[in-house]
This record gives sequence, C-alpha cells and structure tokens, in this order.
Amino acid sequence: MNSLRKLDAKAIIISLIGFAILQGLLTADILDNFWELNMILICINIILAVSLNLINGYTGQLSLGHAGFMAVGAYTGAVLTVNFHTPFLISIIISFVTAAILGAMIGLPTIRLSGDYLAIATLGLGEIIRIVIMNVNYVGGAAGFMGIPKYTTFAWAFFVMLFVVFFIKNYVNSSFGRACIAIRENEIAAETMGVNTTKYKVLAFMVGAGFAGVAGCLFGHTFYIVHPSSFTFLASFNYVIMIVMGGLGSITGSIAGAFILTTVSALLSAWPELRMIIYAVILILLMFYRPQGLFGNIELTSLPIFKRFKGGK
Amino acid sequence: MGIMDQFFQQLINGISLGSIYALIALGYTMVYGIMKLINFAHGDIYMVGGYVGFFCITIMHLPVLPALVISMVLTGLLGILIERIAYRPLRSAPRLSVLITAIGVSFFLEYTMMYFVTPQPRTFPHILSDVAYHIGPFVVNNQQIMIFAITIILMALLTYIVQFTKTGKAMRAVSFDTEAAQLMGINANRIISFTFGIGSALAAAAGVLVGIYYNSIDPLMGIMPGLKAFVAAVLGGIGILPGAAAGGIILGIVEALVSGFISSTFRDAAAFAILILVLLFKPTGLLGKNTNEKV
Amino acid sequence: MSILLEAKEVSKMFGGLKAVSNFDMTINKGELIGLIGPNGAGKTTAFNLFTGVYQPTTGVINFAGKSLKGMKPSQITQRGIARTFQNIRLFSELSVLDNVKIAYHTHLKYNLAEAVLRVGRYMKEEKRIEEAGRELLKIFKLEDKADEIAKNLPYGAQRRLEIARALATRPQLLLLDEPAAGMNPQETNELMDMIRWIRKEFALSILLIEHDMSLVMGICERIYVLEYGSIIAHGLPEEIKKNPEVIRAYLGGEA
Repeated sequence: MNSLRKLDAKAIIISLIGFAILQGLLTADILDNFWELNMILICINIILAVSLNLINGYTGQLSLGHAGFMAVGAYTGAVLTVNFHTPFLISIIISFVTAAILGAMIGLPTIRLSGDYLAIATLGLGEIIRIVIMNVNYVGGAAGFMGIPKYTTFAWAFFVMLFVVFFIKNYVNSSFGRACIAIRENEIAAETMGVNTTKYKVLAFMVGAGFAGVAGCLFGHTFYIVHPSSFTFLASFNYVIMIVMGGLGSITGSIAGAFILTTVSALLSAWPELRMIIYAVILILLMFYRPQGLFGNIELTSLPIFKRFKGGK
Repeated sequence: MGIMDQFFQQLINGISLGSIYALIALGYTMVYGIMKLINFAHGDIYMVGGYVGFFCITIMHLPVLPALVISMVLTGLLGILIERIAYRPLRSAPRLSVLITAIGVSFFLEYTMMYFVTPQPRTFPHILSDVAYHIGPFVVNNQQIMIFAITIILMALLTYIVQFTKTGKAMRAVSFDTEAAQLMGINANRIISFTFGIGSALAAAAGVLVGIYYNSIDPLMGIMPGLKAFVAAVLGGIGILPGAAAGGIILGIVEALVSGFISSTFRDAAAFAILILVLLFKPTGLLGKNTNEKV
Repeated sequence: MSILLEAKEVSKMFGGLKAVSNFDMTINKGELIGLIGPNGAGKTTAFNLFTGVYQPTTGVINFAGKSLKGMKPSQITQRGIARTFQNIRLFSELSVLDNVKIAYHTHLKYNLAEAVLRVGRYMKEEKRIEEAGRELLKIFKLEDKADEIAKNLPYGAQRRLEIARALATRPQLLLLDEPAAGMNPQETNELMDMIRWIRKEFALSILLIEHDMSLVMGICERIYVLEYGSIIAHGLPEEIKKNPEVIRAYLGGEA
C-alpha cells in the first residue's frame, strides 16, 4: 500500500522533469508565444476535462453546463484581481469556492433528475448563468470584462493543473470516489449499501464545479478579457467531447482528450471552418469505432509498463 | 400604444415564433420518442431547410409554396440520409455515444454549410408585401397569417399520418416498444427512417418560414432555435406530439412577452428558466404521465 | 427475546392501489423468518418499506427501538438493515472485491482531506477494508474471483456476492429477496446451509422472501404469509403447511 505513495512520488518527479524541459524551451524562446498560450490552454482544458470527468464519468451524471461554472470562476477571479487587488492565488481559491457553492446550489435541486433530463437541465442552467452575467453591468455586460492583468503563466497553469489532477485521482480512489462509482453503476444499490447518494452527487458537483471555476480564473487571467461568448453550451459540449474521446472514467483519458483536442484545434486555427468539419468527422468516426474512448476506463498507471513501479501489495 | 395593445401585439408575435418552435419541436419529440435520442443536429436541419428554400427562391425564382415543398422534400431526404449514415450503426451503442455523434453531425452541418456559403447572413428576398390586418384588438400581417396557416396544415397532416395511416400506427408501436414492434413484423429501421424524414421536413418548413418572417438566415441560425425547440418538447412532455406543439406555442408567447415587457436580453434565460421549472416540478412535461422505476 | 423490527399497521398506497395494508410483523433478535405469498402479494413492497425505498402511507416501522419514519435507505442501512434484490443489483461493471469495498462505505474513518492527501489513516483504513473484503469473499467461495468483473460471474455466484456485499455493511437484520431464484437444487441446499451459518456467525436476524417451499420450510423458524397486501397467516412452518387460508391462497378456489 505504501507503494501507492511511491507511485505518486514518481509521477510527480516525472511531471517536474517534464515541466522543467518545457519551461526551459519557453525561456530559451524555442517555443514561441503562440505555443506558450496553447500550453496554458492545454493545462486549463485538462483541469476542465478532469473535473468534468468526476461528474460525468465517475458519478455518471451527464452534465452539459460545465462552461457556466467556468464562467463564474473567470468573472469572480477577474473582479477580485481588478477591483480588489487580491493576490492571484487568493483569486483562484475564491473562484473555486464561488463556483463550488453555485455547483451545490444547482446540484441540489437538479440532482434527482436523471439521464437526458439532467443533461438538458444543466445545459439550461449553464446558459442562464451566462445570460445573467451578460446582463450585469458591473462585470461589463455583453461587452465582457476588460483590463485583467495577465497573471496566468505556464508555470501557474501547470502547477494548478498538477494539483487538480492529483486531487481528482486521489478522490476517485477513495471511499468518496467509490461512492460516486457506485451511484453510476446502480443508484438504488448504492443507497442500499449506505451511500447517501444525494450527498455524494452534490459533492461531486461541488468539486467538479469548483475546479471548473479555477480553470475559469486561470483562463480569465490569460487573455486580458473575459467575454460571455467564451462560456456558451458549445464550450460545455467541447469539454464533454474531450472526456468521451479520452474515455469516461479514465483520468489519463481526460488528460489525453484535452491535450489532443486543444493541440489539433491550435494546429488548424488558420482554417476555422475546415477545422470544425474535420473535428466533426473525427468525433463521429470515434463514436463508430471506439465509443469507449481512447483509454476506456484504463489508467496509464495500470498499463504493464507502469506495473513494475507498483511492487508488492 | 397602450399596454393592452402591446400585449396583444406580443401575443401575435409570440404565436408566430411559437409556431416555428412547434414545427421544430415536433421533429425533436418524434425522434426522441422513437430512439430516445436528443438529436442536437435537428436545429441544423432546420437551418439547411432555410438555405434550400432561399436558393429555390433566389436562384430558381420559384414562388413560396413550391420552394417550401422542395425544401421539405430535400431536407427530409437529408434527415433520412443522416440517420442512415450516422445513427443507424450506433443502434445498440451507449446513449452517450449517440448523443456525441449527434453533436458531431450538428457541427458537420453547420461548418460544411459555412464552408460553402460563407458565415455571412443572407438576406431573404422580400416576397410578400407587408399587409396588416386589424382583427378585433389584434394586428396581424400576412406573413404571420401564412405562418399560422402552414403550421396548422402541416400539423393536421402529421396528425392524420400518425393517427390514421398504417405507417403512423407502426411509428407509435415502435415508439412504445421497439422490440415488441419488431416481433410483430414491423421493420423498425424503415419506421425510424420515415420518422427522421418527416421530422426533418417539418424543420425545413420552419426554416423557410423563418427566412420569410425575419428576412435573414445564417449557418449558425439553428443552434438556439434547436435548443429552444427541445425545451418546448420537454415542456409539453417529450415524445408526445400535441405536447410539442403546445410547448412550442407557449414558449413562443413567453419569449415574446419577456422581450416586449422586460428585456430582449432575458428572452433566452426565460426559455431555460421554464425548462428548469418544468424539470423540477413535472419532469414528464405538461402532458406527460409519471412513471416510477420498479425496485 | 428482544424485538429487533416491528411493523405496526403499515400500509402503502400507489395512487389508488393498495400494495400493502394493515401489515403487522415482529422480528426478534436472531430469528430466521420467511415471508411467502403468491406473485404480486406485496412481499418486495414490504422489503422496500423496511429499507426506506418507499415510505409507508400509514403505520409505523420501528427498528432497534427507533422509528424509521422519513429515513433514507442509506440511513437505514447505517442503522443496521441490509438487503439483496430480487433482480440482482450488483455494481456489474466493477470487480467483485470493489463491490464489497463499496459496502464498507459507512465503516471507513477518513475525511476528504485525508483521502486526497493520502495520509496514514487513509492508507490504514483502505488496507483494513481490503483485507476484510477478501476475508468475506472467502466465506462465500469467491476469493479467487475477487478481481473479476461482477457481471461475468455465473448466476449463483452473483447471488452469493450480493449476500456478501449486504453483510459487509454489518447489518443486524438481513433481508433476502428470493435468494434461491434461478438456483439448482444442489445450489439451493448449499445456500440453506450458508444462510444458517451466517446467521449464527454474524449474529443476525434474517427475513427472507422465497418461492422455494423446501427452503422456506427447511430453515425458517416462523413464516408470514402475504396475499393481496395483507398478512393472512403467520406461525410455525408446520402450522402454515396446514393452514386452510394458505392452501386456498396458493391453490386457488375455496378451502
């Protein structure tokens, strides 16, 4: 069992080496601003995908409103930084709290809905959040909130992402995560096993929404501006597509999905229409030939190559 | 204009808009009823219908009615084709896969259209001169009358097909229990194709009517109305045809009243707020029956 | 003997339909009781009422001296009632061991922060339930299938796993809904032995619904007979066998 922690330590060391290399390439200007921006976006999208996977993949509650929570975080962070001059880390933490509270507020009433009804309700709530923001002049209304300092560096995005990935990974591998998975597999049986299904669903919504808020806060501090049009339900679809592409119930998959889609979209950014057509075709083909996603519910760390790290039980 | 006049005016506007929603919602609800699929591409079918009508009128110089019929036929065939290519292979796949495929089809239609016709909105030719009629407290223009008339005719036609034809009975049977229907010798695939065809044709009609009414079409015009139509279908009780029609009209009226009396920016929020309220208090919709899971 | 569960004049209406009415039942500590009756008599409804899946329309259910009114199924499980399902409800995509681990849910003592930081307590607790789970599987002859996916188990093994999982919640009262359904006579015999054994070993009371009369008559100390939602007879197995009401209910016609 202690090997679990050893495995964690190894994963962190590998991540740090990876970070050092990428940061070195950035500092040496081998990777230009365009790529720095996209590396930040990849980290942000990984946070969104992994946190959404907790709700959709592990708990089995199809949510199509993730962009709404992201919006809450983005605007909270922007207001705090610009109007209250809070340090970046504090903005991030408060963004988490605000989005998580909203997640709970939305989660509590909608949680008894199931399947398609929940999906469409979360979609509607996400849109309502966006429309309400659009009508609040304090945050710039439909024109967006401008003049946000660019605090999000690759280092910030990377380390926050690393924290979120570890948080979610450890969450799903504990009794909290097992409760979520039990709910996904059979809600009535889960309840009968003593799992308070309402509590764990709301908790999953809170944690997922909170980290979406964190991603939003990072996002807002990347572009000098947050604009309501960044948080439509189409954005939410995008995050769902990332996790389905990677495989629901696999954190590795969510990371891969976020990475692949963000990279492909960066590479094709010169041809916006063609990009979306290719995107659509890939999506359809993926559902035909690999509906369980690239990784299914398998984690990288359970592949044979990683087994030797594990050692005895 | 007095507040009552304004109210009646918004009511008429609302019913016009609602008729459009109703036509789209019917297709949504039929497809959901038969396949349990939220066909996110349905709004884009409506968009394609609008463009086909547009080209019929501008390039082929056809009058409104032939343009409408051609658009319905071609778009109906497109619907059948989409089902055949994109959804049929996934008949036994998990629901989420089909949902994602529907999103994929939606993007495909939007951006393929954009690729060919550019993202610029097209101005629909002004084919009907504006004539306003005063009927009691209502002021109705001839475009609105055309929308009402065509909507009513199409709904009557649909009711006839579903209630009185053999195919209609088969549709209801497949929607009630696909497996049992197949055991009774009904070719479910053929019926599903037919459902997509009919639903898409109705959406196409809505697309052409919207073009005439608002004078403008663009490749992304289907996204919001598609979503609203789904809200309408849920409001009426998903899978129930009269529910979709009623839901569409109610939604149209509410939106018109909200934009007339509160603010047009809250129009979309009103639709989604209705959705949430319905889901929380009567998730099966206004005309739906409650069902419980057997333990 | 002390009373463990007591149902007094319980009824449950679905719309205008009376699923259960005037239902009285007493289960003492350590008893093994059978609940029988024709299909649709309301046996599973009674289970659903005891476990909080349904709330009674009228009447009270007391468990270990406290009313169960308004409690969610998870709270009732924490109080000490566990159950299996007529139509097996395993976590079918998960491993056999994970199925049991989930059932230890209420007995794990670490919080969210400890889980996320993987501190010593998390490690110790996870190790403890892993061992306890494997121990439990051994009793049900499932130890070498611990890492298999639950849905791939043969039917009889799935039923055994459901019982193992119910026991992992550490109940005082175990409700078994047709545990022998779909089993062959030999499996049924083994099951009877197992039920007797776990009652003794885990110091449980057991209430079981069963259509297999040899099983019910063979192991139950007392039997309740339900028809159209009402208890029409209860008593010792021999009394039930001779009861004219019961014979009429099962064979039809006038007794």
